[in-house]
Amino acid sequence: MAPRFESAAAVRAGLEAVDYLADDAAAGVVFLADRLEKPVLVEGPAGTGKTELAKSVARMSGSRLIRLQCYEGLDEAKALYEWNYKKQLLRIQAERHADAGWDELSDDIFSEEFLLARPLLAAIRADEPVLLLIDEVDRVEVETEALLLEVLSDYQVSIPELGTVEAVRVPLVFLTSNNTRELSEALKRRCLYLHLDYPTPEREKAIVLARVPGVSDHLADQVARIVRTIRQLELKKPPSVSETLDWARTLLLLGISHVDAASAAGTLNILLKYQSDIARAARELQPAAG
Amino acid sequence: MLDVLAGFVGELRAAGLPVSLSENLDALEAMRHVALDDREAFREGLAATLVKRRDHRPAFDTAFEVYFAVRRPGPGGDPLTPGELADLLTEALLSGDEDRLRELARRAVARLSGIEPGRPMSASYHVFRTLRALDADGALERLLGPASPSLDDRLAGDELRARMEALRAGVEDEVRRRLVADRGPEAMARALRRPLPEDVDFLHATREEVAAMRRAMEPLARRMAVRLARKRRHHRRGPLDFRSTVRHSLSYGGVPAEPRFRHPRPSKPEIMVIADISGSVAAFARFTLQFVHAISGQFSKVRSFVFIDGIDEVTSLFEGSDDLGEALQRVNTEADVVWAEGHSDYGHALSAFWERWGREVTPKTSVVLLGDARNNYHSAQAWVVEELRKRARHLYWLNPEPRSYWDTGDSIVSTYGAHCDGVYECRNLRQLERFVQEIG
Repeated sequence: MAPRFESAAAVRAGLEAVDYLADDAAAGVVFLADRLEKPVLVEGPAGTGKTELAKSVARMSGSRLIRLQCYEGLDEAKALYEWNYKKQLLRIQAERHADAGWDELSDDIFSEEFLLARPLLAAIRADEPVLLLIDEVDRVEVETEALLLEVLSDYQVSIPELGTVEAVRVPLVFLTSNNTRELSEALKRRCLYLHLDYPTPEREKAIVLARVPGVSDHLADQVARIVRTIRQLELKKPPSVSETLDWARTLLLLGISHVDAASAAGTLNILLKYQSDIARAARELQPAAG
Repeated sequence: MLDVLAGFVGELRAAGLPVSLSENLDALEAMRHVALDDREAFREGLAATLVKRRDHRPAFDTAFEVYFAVRRPGPGGDPLTPGELADLLTEALLSGDEDRLRELARRAVARLSGIEPGRPMSASYHVFRTLRALDADGALERLLGPASPSLDDRLAGDELRARMEALRAGVEDEVRRRLVADRGPEAMARALRRPLPEDVDFLHATREEVAAMRRAMEPLARRMAVRLARKRRHHRRGPLDFRSTVRHSLSYGGVPAEPRFRHPRPSKPEIMVIADISGSVAAFARFTLQFVHAISGQFSKVRSFVFIDGIDEVTSLFEGSDDLGEALQRVNTEADVVWAEGHSDYGHALSAFWERWGREVTPKTSVVLLGDARNNYHSAQAWVVEELRKRARHLYWLNPEPRSYWDTGDSIVSTYGAHCDGVYECRNLRQLERFVQEIG
């Protein structure tokens, strides 16, 4: 199959065209994922654009995004496939008066027609280019992880009644994790690993400029630098990139073109979500009285 | 190329990274697709296939720098005088230009590091020597000027500090490069090998390692809390929930095909931590207290006591503040733990505990004792531990010393241990995590 991307640089340029500023590491891993036909496991603190990366890659490559949101208690029926048993019941009832034998009937009700494809199977069966996003994979139990393994390594799903469904074309697969638990070695071994950290101030400034229309260069610069300083404090929850963007938008709406200590302290509640964090940041940023 | 990569993977494994065969093959496959002359792309390609954990990345980077060192010619031009170097430093810090910083690092190392072929000094010695001769800290201080409280100055200061870090990294790179050229990659990699944060010994951690452990602590505590909560939710099934079963039987035409069960109310254990905070084991006690309080939501109650030869309760210090670091500071300054001479006296501390709080230990309480049981030859008073064991649900002892040191010198851990449900060796975060998981 023809590779999707020319080079890592092309990935980067393509992502930039859809307003996602990737660093070299991210672009390189996406490029390799395509060439090696391997899933990408993206880890990092909350709000650094993990899900956004997958969405942007989908937009860039013109693929349909199929998303599997993980949660505790996710099972085969929700992730892989399910038999549409109501429809099967109807079928059995309709056949009751006909003289069909059991064998015929069972062949009939376990056919594609009665199969409900859930995200993983849908991604495997799709004819058009798709991107499979398995979001917050750390939320499922370790045992459920095993469900994913067959899909991730061989791009196929085994259905006892039907046989093995193999991928028409290998989809791009992204898994994201907030690291609330250690993923199993088996899962990690099958993936390429990408850690998305908070961006450097330069990159964050560029992100603000790209995502917040109407922001001035000076303001974006200030925002990025103040956020960097705040992230260096010992906080419960350092501000994420999306919170930085929210803050920049807020400042813009309030008509503040130059952030001083007072206006920064006044709007900190956009950036930080814990009272103790806000108090601490305000103390650090505020000039000492007198 | 294959040989170099094999050596590199061998080094990663020696440093403790779990690199499997299939990952090794992936790395080889990845190498076919990245341009080998692009060093960063090459590095990221290897990292994506070989390193699957964030905290293993520094170890990877060190090994990478050693095995794939850039062979550059030495800096051109005449050696600079210290005065010229100082000017260059100020200039580079102010401009923030990366190339300039790197160039400066190379020249400074060439002139100041004192690297000579065959001289067996550690890399950190050369780095230290270069930076001191450069008077980097002094230059930074001069640029920062008097501590002024305005926001702009603060931001500018942070920027300068970040550049200083970049310079330090540049100097480290350069020193490493020169040493590799002198000694060869295998020897160098061995010398630079550092334990991973979860394997660092509590009692012998350097300042940087303590910082790394503190960073590792927070996600660890979060993971632990999630795991404990899940364990409680999933590992027991309550009695049959009749109403719910009937309700669900409706969709099967009245056949109760899917029995439903009531969720049991999870009972959370109550925990008492009694920690020795005398000098020798203070770091260990700090980590354990911090860890237990970080996951305090998983226990119905956490009470902490600290002792040296006297004992004091410090629970309120942790409850009052959100900030564990600050609470630990206050434990050090405010707790009243010295009774006679300020050397560990387990016997006296334990009997004082028994007198003041012994009645509050109930069959719901798990008691965790922390310390090396080095009693300075005071009387052991082991009966307290025996009594505690009778009253409490569980009684554990965590010892930060390696097992082979137990019961040597003035350590009397077995005297106490005989009455405990378990005595655990707890030298690093990995062992601490395992212990908490076991009792949770």
